[in-house]
Amino acid sequence: MDSIKVENLVKQFNGFTAVDHISFRVPQGEIFGLLGPNGAGKTTTINLLSTLLKPTSGSAKVSGHDIFDHRDEVRKNIGIVFQEPALDNQLTGRENLTFHAMMYGINKDERRKRIKRVVELVELTPKIDVLVDHYSGGMKRRLEIARGLIHRPKVLFLDEPTLGLDTQTRRHIWDYIKKLNRENQVTIILTTHYMEEADYLCDRVAIIDHGKIVALDTPDQLKEMLGGDVISLELDGRVDDLMAVLKNLEWVNTMKKHGDHLNLTVETAEKRIPEIITTAQKIGVVVRSVNLHKPSLEDVFLHFTGKTIREQEVSQIQRNRETVKRRMHR
Amino acid sequence: MINGIAVYVLWLREMKRFVRAKSRIVGTLAMPLFFLLFLGFGFKGVAIPGMPQNINYIHFLVPGIIGMTMLFTSMFAGISVLWDREFGFLKEIMVAPVSRISIVLGRIAGGSTTAIIQGLLILGISILMGFRIGNVWSLALAILFMILIAMTFIGLGLIFASKMKDIQGFGLIINFVMFPLFFLSGALFPVENLPMSIRYFAYADPLTFGVDGLRGALISVSSFSIFLDLVIIAASALLMIFLGAYFFEKSESV
Repeated sequence: MDSIKVENLVKQFNGFTAVDHISFRVPQGEIFGLLGPNGAGKTTTINLLSTLLKPTSGSAKVSGHDIFDHRDEVRKNIGIVFQEPALDNQLTGRENLTFHAMMYGINKDERRKRIKRVVELVELTPKIDVLVDHYSGGMKRRLEIARGLIHRPKVLFLDEPTLGLDTQTRRHIWDYIKKLNRENQVTIILTTHYMEEADYLCDRVAIIDHGKIVALDTPDQLKEMLGGDVISLELDGRVDDLMAVLKNLEWVNTMKKHGDHLNLTVETAEKRIPEIITTAQKIGVVVRSVNLHKPSLEDVFLHFTGKTIREQEVSQIQRNRETVKRRMHR
Repeated sequence: MINGIAVYVLWLREMKRFVRAKSRIVGTLAMPLFFLLFLGFGFKGVAIPGMPQNINYIHFLVPGIIGMTMLFTSMFAGISVLWDREFGFLKEIMVAPVSRISIVLGRIAGGSTTAIIQGLLILGISILMGFRIGNVWSLALAILFMILIAMTFIGLGLIFASKMKDIQGFGLIINFVMFPLFFLSGALFPVENLPMSIRYFAYADPLTFGVDGLRGALISVSSFSIFLDLVIIAASALLMIFLGAYFFEKSESV
């Protein structure tokens, strides 16, 4: 059965389209990743699926319930860990968990048992009766994950679960997520702009850019799509001329230029490097550096969007700023 | 439809926060207390036109200051939704599988309780200053008025909180909504002393009837009949709660 079924979902804010006709399905028990730069529409998608926002058009079902017509049913079946902390700092960790459990109608004995378990899971037992105000960022995140699990949701949304955390805590959280998914068959939808996180955790990844899904497959399949290894060249000179020549070679699978860098995917790439350099020299293009690596999701992202995720973020932030400016001048 | 546990949880949260935020209690009590002390003692012997001859100004003032305390703490309680939005906690409440009306009722229950506690604290301090209440029935009637005033202004606070995106406009609301409501209400002087054109605004202010009712209950002096005060403040409480819940339901929480 599909845990999530999204069809042509659209969300617009004052004429700005944050989510643009996306469709996908997620089977029960999968870890599904939404990968994209900040502002690509990942959080908006999560907010739509968790009933915090109402869609402009299109439809979606979560655990078989429509996100528009049966919001309370959806709410009962989901857990969510938000990108920004959503805890009451004036309450203790335990109080935050207790209040949450009560809101989901869990009785007193059951509440105690479950809180004990989830707190052990996220290793917060010694700090659980301290005000959340005194928690570190990592502890807050873990408390939120614990809270998202108390009512045993069928679908768990994790919005940038490791944003701003140190490597060690990040590893820990990755392990929880895997364990949780394996042991309880919870469907997990996570958003991230960390490539390695998507690669390590997700069964399937949707690459989302400017509100659209540009690619969707398993991380391995996505990487394989590029065909071979990636050669990154840093060039000086008429890059376009070189591209025109390389385009005609049948062993070059894909080619993407960004700035003075040229990325090629090539089978048995290590043997082709000398040939590429010779070709470049012939037409007077200087090769400043060469890098050869197995394709990563970063390369996949670059291939589908024409930009690295970092560049995309910069341009996205500019775009958002302009939208805000326009709104203010109106 | 109404989820009793959810209402209770939100009420309990408000109580825990209230008890822990001692500085906030002192902060919100300070202003009405200063008004009470300085105006009360400063104008002790004055004869204000429209105020019955046999009453001391301080006795006239106490119900007004209780009304003021109710106005400010209730509006703050309603607007505190904005703080929950700012700190993200609102999302946690909004994804919970409980009806939106339960969330609104929980906030009203919590906000009214804290407002009434503060109103009673002011009343207690006034008694230390020499204020006397007739009997237990006048106290009960006063508390009924306090509840209705609290509901009215928590509802109004919710409307503002639902219409505002962040807490930037909060200062404007204090200066251009809360203070005018307070000054128009006749908390400090009889409304009859205002020029006719301004008096219309005073009669549009629900707090006018709240303060008048409190005065009737506590010192048996009122411009209107207590029954009329009760009907109007009860109607405004219902209307504001309805509107507050309506706008809260419509607003988006992220």
